[in-house]
Amino acid sequence: MREAILLFLVVASGTGGEICVTRAMKYVGEVTDFRPLALVRFIFQAMKVPWMWIGVSMMALAFFSLLAVLSIENVSFVVPVTALNYAAGALGGKFFLGERVTPRRWTGVLLVCLGVTLVWLGKR
Amino acid sequence: MTSSPGLHFKTYCMLLIMVVFAPLGNILLGKGMKNVGSIVFWAPSRLPHIISLVLTSGYIWLGVASLLIFFVAYMLILSWADFSYVQPASSIALLVVALLGYFYLGERISPLHWAGIGVICLGVFVVGNTPPRTTEVR
Repeated sequence: MREAILLFLVVASGTGGEICVTRAMKYVGEVTDFRPLALVRFIFQAMKVPWMWIGVSMMALAFFSLLAVLSIENVSFVVPVTALNYAAGALGGKFFLGERVTPRRWTGVLLVCLGVTLVWLGKR
Repeated sequence: MTSSPGLHFKTYCMLLIMVVFAPLGNILLGKGMKNVGSIVFWAPSRLPHIISLVLTSGYIWLGVASLLIFFVAYMLILSWADFSYVQPASSIALLVVALLGYFYLGERISPLHWAGIGVICLGVFVVGNTPPRTTEVR
């Protein structure tokens, strides 16, 4: 039960955070200059977008949940199970970010979910 | 969708950084947390001791550093590529985590577990053949 709650937090909070960070990065615009100073300036620019802070906070919660679950479960079990966020991510990308998720991409996402199920069953 | 060889090259470089540093970070965190021991939430009196163990673990700091490098690469790639492309495409890191867990940490992985990771990688291959961007940049 404890593992399930922690894994839920890792997946839900992690995916929510990533979607918020994506929204912030799309707002800032595409990176075209890869010089270190330009990258630092770009990161500071991204930090001015509120979505970035919401995203980073949610990702921090996911990170501490990950630390907690890693103290009780193997890495090779925890990390593949957290791939469940691919399904949540595709849904979030489609409905929250307005991305066009093609049937081929949906097929890939479904395969990822099937793989996660096998990993979970393989632990039993 | 606006796609070009340059865009694909830039995308693959960032994905490479992500699939190296994310698994490395997770493995280091896993090793560090195993040294700390199981966290029991209904014993708050032990939490300060656990936090001090976490903060003084070299493995955890190295893991955090690796994940920071991953996060910067992740932020950069998300500025031009779709979230629903980047997220599944970077899941090849799951195979790297399992391999490192098996060989470096000595974790037991069942055949069904390996099969699951194989199916995940197949999913990654399918997703990797879709265009990185389906929306226009503002």
